[in-house]
Amino acid sequence: MNIAVASGKGGTGKTTISLCLASYYADKEISVALLDCDVEEPNVNLFLQSEIMGKVEAHVLIPSVDNSLCSGCGKCGEICQYSAIVLIKGKPLVLKEMCHSCGGCFLVCPEKAISEVKRTTGVIELGELNGIQYAGGRLNIGEAMSPPLIKDVKEYYSGAVIRIMDSPPGTSCPVIESVKGCDFLVLVSEPTPFGLNDLKLAAEMARAMKIPFGVVENRTSPGNNSLREFCKSESIPLIASIPDTKEIAVRYSRGDSVSYIKENYRNELDKIANHISSSVRADMT
Amino acid sequence: MIKELVILSGKGGTGKTSIAASFAALAENKIMADCDVDAADLHLVLTPENYKEEVFGGGNKAYINSRNCVSCGKCINLCRFDAISDFFTVDTLSCEGCGVCAVFCPADAIEMKPHQSGKWFESETEYGPLVHARLGIAEGNSGKLVTIIRNKAKEIAKNENINLIIADGSPGTGCPVIATVTGSSFVLIVTEPTVSGIHDLKRVHTLIEHFRVRSAVCINRYDINLEKADEIEEFCRVKEIPLFGRIPYDDDVTKAQVAGKSIVEYSSGPAAEAVKVMWNKIKKEILTEGV
Repeated sequence: MNIAVASGKGGTGKTTISLCLASYYADKEISVALLDCDVEEPNVNLFLQSEIMGKVEAHVLIPSVDNSLCSGCGKCGEICQYSAIVLIKGKPLVLKEMCHSCGGCFLVCPEKAISEVKRTTGVIELGELNGIQYAGGRLNIGEAMSPPLIKDVKEYYSGAVIRIMDSPPGTSCPVIESVKGCDFLVLVSEPTPFGLNDLKLAAEMARAMKIPFGVVENRTSPGNNSLREFCKSESIPLIASIPDTKEIAVRYSRGDSVSYIKENYRNELDKIANHISSSVRADMT
Repeated sequence: MIKELVILSGKGGTGKTSIAASFAALAENKIMADCDVDAADLHLVLTPENYKEEVFGGGNKAYINSRNCVSCGKCINLCRFDAISDFFTVDTLSCEGCGVCAVFCPADAIEMKPHQSGKWFESETEYGPLVHARLGIAEGNSGKLVTIIRNKAKEIAKNENINLIIADGSPGTGCPVIATVTGSSFVLIVTEPTVSGIHDLKRVHTLIEHFRVRSAVCINRYDINLEKADEIEEFCRVKEIPLFGRIPYDDDVTKAQVAGKSIVEYSSGPAAEAVKVMWNKIKKEILTEGV
């Protein structure tokens, strides 16, 4: 079962909830993998602190032109929708950062002058700690496109009973790549106007992708029912709530909030896990 | 000369938008650009009245005409984005508009159609003009949309003799952030004293250095963890990045957000005061001295 954790707004607690859930399942001796899909700012292992036991380079395919075979016909430049091949003085020049690896130029070239070569865009780190298998992508700085690396991260530990994808913020292509194919989506939000606005966008995304989802409210404060009411009006299940306490904020800042939440809010984690299993079961029938 | 101040953070939720909204209230003769097209929030504080709305076409998507389709499966084999199902339908969320399927379809059954990826708006607020956008759900091309927003803001600034653009950026280091930073005048990095805040600050700072843009750091909620705040200061010293602000934790920040106001207008508490002090430093840095 694949569970994605996303949010819309950044900094609402995605990584914390992902780690808590992974640890929760590991405690129950369920085989669990935690995949850091926020490859632009990967934070999972700052908290998990698994020893990195392997590093795998991640790459995309880009065209390489053999100028001795090229006739300068320009078909490669015509098929490219991303302005990644331009003809300069009759010879193609590849702008590698613009390339989406669609393979069009390679296929269309009548002289077979184009081959595809690997370009490294980042690295995938692998580890394991306390029963949690970990794989995390780390995009090279300056690299614009994260989806291909996210796709690679999601290939790992396909044998695990539960896989948790800690997703990037937002609702655009990197998030889609992380969430795609998941059985359940946990949206972590907070009861503030920014949190609510971005939750609306994230809920729309979940509906567009036809993935069952529910909300975990983080930093709940007594008397502030805005998120609760929003979920009710939209018929979105509000699965669990973690309160806004200074203790959690201080522990988070040091990197040790997970064990504290597990100890003190085990109830809430039970609710999340139970909700996910019953929702996924219902979805399959 | 028009100066462009960008607010970034690497990590999400460190307070970029709250600070950008405060600068909007404090600065004179400025225009705001919300470059976080993916989860735009600045308009929640600035409450704009849109006077212009434009469609953003992000590219094309493939459509298979089932009457012409001979189910040969070539498109499925060629598509690198797994966007075509076994029943020859296109998953528009996965389609990246490369057009390879359409070019190589032997039955001429695939058409590439322009696709609306979002909208962008020019608007008026009580603080001055705002350019912002809404990228459609599950869309790509956020970098292109950010570039449109920035160019539009520059155009308005030029026409109206405005000398400052305040741009609120998105988290991360990828496509939209790169499109926001390139060619800007100055970046303020808003961070927080947490293990993830520091880690993400370092990555986004490397990116900013890569594009040779000057920057300064602000530590938000610095008193949550004084040790980590010191660690950030040490990092700034080593990297020679000026530290422009230390903003204390203050309940008024959330209260201001709930009230739909910037912190500097809502409160005269410690956070608001710290933001004002920081603004004066930035103003001096980017408006009175040549960049």
